[in-house]
Amino acid sequence: MSTATSPTPTAAEGSGTDSSNPGLKNVTLYRLLSIAGVFVAWEIAGMVPISVAFPTFSDTILAFVEMTADGRMISAYAETLKPLAVGVFISGFFGIAIGVGMGLNRLFQWMWEPIFVVLQASPVAALIPLITYAYGIGLTAKTVAVIILAAPIIVLNTYKAVRNASPNLIQMSRSFQGTRLQEVMKVIIPNAAPVIFAGLRLGVAAGFIGVILAELLITPTGIGDIISYHRSVAEYAHMYAAVFSIIVFSAVMIGLLEKVETNYFRPEKKKGQ
Amino acid sequence: MTLFGYRIPPAYSLLIWIALWEVVGRLELAFILPPFSSVVEQLFILLQRPDFHTAALLTLKAFAIGMVIAIIGGITIGFIMGRNRMANSILGMWVNIFASAPLSSLVPVLMLLFGLGQTTIIVTVVLFSIWIIALDTYAGVRHISPSLSEMGHSFGASRWQLLSKVLFWAALPEILAGVRMGLIRAVKGIVIGQLLVSVVALGRLFRTFSDNFQFEEFWALTLILFVFALVFSSLVGWLEHKVEYYAGSRI
Amino acid sequence: MTSATAMSAPSDTQTQSSDNIVEVRNITKFYGSDIHALDSVNLGFPTGQMTTLLGPSGCGKTTLLKIVAGLLEPTSGEVFVKGKQVTGPGPERAFVFQDFALLPWATVLRNVAFGLELTHKPKAEREEKARHYINEVGLSGFEEKYPHELSGGMRQRVGLARALAVNADVLLMDEPFSAVDEQTRRKFQEDLLHLLSVEKKSVIFVTHSIEEAVYVSDQIVLLSPRPGRIHSIIRPEITRTANPDDIRRDKVYLDIVEEIWNNLRKYLD
Repeated sequence: MSTATSPTPTAAEGSGTDSSNPGLKNVTLYRLLSIAGVFVAWEIAGMVPISVAFPTFSDTILAFVEMTADGRMISAYAETLKPLAVGVFISGFFGIAIGVGMGLNRLFQWMWEPIFVVLQASPVAALIPLITYAYGIGLTAKTVAVIILAAPIIVLNTYKAVRNASPNLIQMSRSFQGTRLQEVMKVIIPNAAPVIFAGLRLGVAAGFIGVILAELLITPTGIGDIISYHRSVAEYAHMYAAVFSIIVFSAVMIGLLEKVETNYFRPEKKKGQ
Repeated sequence: MTLFGYRIPPAYSLLIWIALWEVVGRLELAFILPPFSSVVEQLFILLQRPDFHTAALLTLKAFAIGMVIAIIGGITIGFIMGRNRMANSILGMWVNIFASAPLSSLVPVLMLLFGLGQTTIIVTVVLFSIWIIALDTYAGVRHISPSLSEMGHSFGASRWQLLSKVLFWAALPEILAGVRMGLIRAVKGIVIGQLLVSVVALGRLFRTFSDNFQFEEFWALTLILFVFALVFSSLVGWLEHKVEYYAGSRI
Repeated sequence: MTSATAMSAPSDTQTQSSDNIVEVRNITKFYGSDIHALDSVNLGFPTGQMTTLLGPSGCGKTTLLKIVAGLLEPTSGEVFVKGKQVTGPGPERAFVFQDFALLPWATVLRNVAFGLELTHKPKAEREEKARHYINEVGLSGFEEKYPHELSGGMRQRVGLARALAVNADVLLMDEPFSAVDEQTRRKFQEDLLHLLSVEKKSVIFVTHSIEEAVYVSDQIVLLSPRPGRIHSIIRPEITRTANPDDIRRDKVYLDIVEEIWNNLRKYLD
């Protein structure tokens, strides 16, 4: 049984400016070069007529700019973010509550741990088509899709964080005659906060997948609609632009959440200690 | 938890949930949720249907091929990242982006490019699992104490010998953890692929069942997939357990 | 420098009860069913003095300390503080942890005041007390800093200030200087002695360093391992008015250290 606190170790962040090794001063340059290289390769590959469904990089960017300019992109994301926000909020609220309960009470843990571990490891996306039958095709259905994907990871992260709260600090609290309530509120929860927040971040990522799948499978709205529509009328550049925007959007969103996490919860990491 | 003095392992709480499922089904509280017993009944029937066999075999083959590619590719990338700083800074950036990106959004693109058959499934499996395998391998390689490599060199090991006799085994616990995660992600990827392309293999079955309100069959198929994911990840977990004995004491 | 040690065997430990602020009687501790940590320990800790529990790993010294603190329950036996039996933590005892146990998300001020916060003292009062003790341990000016901004030595001083702030009668210190470097450690030992001459607390100290034990203690209890039992009790009679560096070179001091080492070496595997 595992919880992720991040999609694991990130590779070599912060080796950008290494004055002790002049060769590495240009890391950012090389990274940019590699990005440029990929785009160039994409451009060339698109021009080779292997598949009609593979637009060039420039066509994709043009389509992207066009859709942003006429506001389609923005309104699409606004539409998509609605069920995402609501779903993450609900999953977060109940998920953290259940996780804390599991972390503090053995019986509660016994009841809920196996089911959430199963849900976390299973492809719950398979259930998305079923959601329509219970919740129709509107905002509710998509919110439910977000919840079933986001909740397990939030619960498990919270539970692990609370259960593994520093025994040292708990003992310290007891040595100063802290009550159980004081222990939970003043020590355990703050101690678990960074990992709980990491769980929320992962929940957002998972929920995002849920809402897009719901848009592709249930009813087209938002960004999912842009993908489906342009695929159906064979305007591949636009379709690719939409997919590309999702990748970029996700990276930015998760990156922002990570910044919040580091600055607010782990100041010691920020200072590079 | 203990009952009458006997310790009941956590997994048994699932029985309570299953019982709940049965009750909800029998009382017909939600029409999408038939009783667990009828789902199980359908499961056995499903397992014997020829169309299921073809669909499952196709998917399984593609899954296996994809996992092999992802494992070999991921471990290679992870090792390169771990041993070469320049490669790490560049490759690392890409691996990180793809590991946390919503890959499901790429599936429609894959379908366009690779058609609706086995190739797409293989590509999906590779795409979903290779990044996490690479990242975990990288972590494993970083964990290896430099003195282990120095020891190998001092006894005259060639590059390949060092890799295959020392480094690979030293990083194995993390590699296995990565493979387990990769496996789970790959299954999710396949399911998503199948859902979006509901014209072949399992996707077609899913579509048929849900279109025809055959919820018992639908849940049966879902259960099979869930169990498959769990069984395979437990197998890798068992392997991880086997190498656990030295994982903690690696200097 | 005055005379040598006064060593006494376990049977002499039943000193005058009225002079003991803490007494443990027949303390036995088993972890699970096979790890026998302590075996029928009887000990008195004199008021106003520093008693050190010294011994190799596995001798149960930290276990005994935590039992006195009320953080661990003995398998059998009783703990008496100021004549009354206790079964859990209490306001008469304050614990200083080996790895500091500071709240990483709280400032130094809040950390030092934490013990008072848990007993619901009003904010103004506890902050005032906290500032007083922050000053006493030499951390004035660091009230608004966070633990990650402090060195190991400074963090331990916060832990010490926290324990002093609750005004307990007995300070329980679990290898408090083992997580800092050697130079800081020596300075700490000197500072601690100075502080205690001002604060007048009774201290039960756990360490595995013989030099440290001889340097700081009024009474050293040697424990032998597996299971933990009292081997002997030593009262190093060293005058501490001299320069600290001179004490560490003094023949009596060195003789005691040598003697203890000879007693303990047979327990090492």
